[in-house]
Amino acid sequence: MFSFSPRPKSRKETHLGDFIFASLLRLISLGLALMLVVIAFFLLRGAFASVSRFEWSFITDSTWDPVQEVFGSAPVLFGTLVSSSIAVLIAAPLSIGIAVFLNELAPPKIGKAIGFLIEMLAAIPSVVYGLWGIFVLAPWLRTTVEPFLSKNLGWIPLFTGPYYGVGMLAAGLILSIMIIPTIFTISREIFKTIPTTQREAALALGATRWEMIKISVLKSSKSGIGGAVILGLGRALGETMAVTMVIGNRSEINLSLLAPAQTMASVIANEYAEATSDIHLSALIEIGFLLFIVTFLINAFARIFILRESRR
Amino acid sequence: MNPNSILEVKDLHAWFGSIEVVKGISMVALEHTVTAMIGPSGCGKSTFIRCLNRLHEESPGARATGQVLLENRDIYEKKVDPVSIRRRVGMVFQKPNPFPSMSIFDNVVAGLRLAGVRRSSTLKEIVEHSLQAAALWDEVKDKLHALGTSLSGGQQQRLCIARALAVEPKVLLMDEPTSALDPISTGKIEELLTELRKKVTVIIVTHNMQQAARISDQTAFFLSGELIEFGETSQVFTAPKKEQTERYITGRFG
Repeated sequence: MFSFSPRPKSRKETHLGDFIFASLLRLISLGLALMLVVIAFFLLRGAFASVSRFEWSFITDSTWDPVQEVFGSAPVLFGTLVSSSIAVLIAAPLSIGIAVFLNELAPPKIGKAIGFLIEMLAAIPSVVYGLWGIFVLAPWLRTTVEPFLSKNLGWIPLFTGPYYGVGMLAAGLILSIMIIPTIFTISREIFKTIPTTQREAALALGATRWEMIKISVLKSSKSGIGGAVILGLGRALGETMAVTMVIGNRSEINLSLLAPAQTMASVIANEYAEATSDIHLSALIEIGFLLFIVTFLINAFARIFILRESRR
Repeated sequence: MNPNSILEVKDLHAWFGSIEVVKGISMVALEHTVTAMIGPSGCGKSTFIRCLNRLHEESPGARATGQVLLENRDIYEKKVDPVSIRRRVGMVFQKPNPFPSMSIFDNVVAGLRLAGVRRSSTLKEIVEHSLQAAALWDEVKDKLHALGTSLSGGQQQRLCIARALAVEPKVLLMDEPTSALDPISTGKIEELLTELRKKVTVIIVTHNMQQAARISDQTAFFLSGELIEFGETSQVFTAPKKEQTERYITGRFG
């Protein structure tokens, strides 16, 4: 004998409480998504004066002179790009290496403990990193590292000129520490999704531990690791407080890593309060808009990469 | 000692942490035979065969003691490198596990590349040879550069068999190789086993007693980490010596 379940209730028949709750949540999530659009809109509106006055020269011009009211953002674009690149170049191999070590080689207990501590790096407020940068990192760079670089590698344009401790190198280093938890955590999560049978497949074929890591772990998480690195890059691009405190804040394009520089985020933080003219303010808002777009695209891109991998 | 013995196990114990899962097993596998391991879930038969290529010790907290003589040399001797053992004792797992980032071709030659074989003519030859031995050649010969994971489950498992065979192991361990497959794929792999024994000694764990009866020369019955009975398959299934064996094969427990 068959028994039929009663016809499922249509939406209208659900309880009133459920309906109100669901509608409320739908409204909130829509509102949050809308927020993104609203922010972009207001930034663009604030930047309008600067966009219409400087047009493309805003990006290509390397003069940033609030007194003359000439605003070219090339130096801060350069500063952002270089400091973030230094950070990624240092942090990516380090974080991936640590993730491999803790997930594949270290005893599980130690792996968990150290992993937890590294994740805690992300919890330290940015201004505290900045303080540490000013009082520990920069003096150390000025008295130990930079004299060495200047003396021995001074013939490379990257290490020419006077050094102050604060500057591009200090910013890059501090950013690299700040983005390690991002790259590390995501890489390790991706390694965790690799089934044990994949590792055993390699070992059973006569792979050494390192060969197993190469074949079963790294090779099959390439795009996820790429995503993790890009996400780290996104974080480095937008990081403000710590960078502002150690980069030296000079809006010039200088190839030397020892020289002071300026990033998109740091120029906004530095000058926003003192921007007396409308066009100065508008130029800062345009930089904000550019930063918003770039970080938005980079984050979206990275998440697509990671999503592809986690669908294993 | 039997001159044809290729693998001889003496008093093998294996642990996960403080739990002993294999409790002193001794047995002999002869060259060019198929030995089936049967027994209820958790009886230690999978752990047992994972000791035969020293894979067991890779699990956290796992260790093993005893002797496993592969062609008369103990693989548990101190100076033996487990990596070299795994090149001579291949393994096929319960779930097909081709490398997802590799093509069919690259999957088959993965072990050879690890062993340092680089010549492309040699690799091509071995790929064809191994895929034929795994009865997969005709189905994939036109798409060797497609991803291994694009194949069906049964094909993937035969790909894994080809991958294991490519390094020409002496012994092939199979841990319930058909339990994740449909009956047709299972049939193909069973058919394959009768051919494989000409080249390699097979030790296969199975939950399926009909399968053990169909394909094996010897059968070992495990219970709670102990080897209850070991003998000719026909004898174990028709005239078991132990009461526990009889109860298990007639389906009264386990």
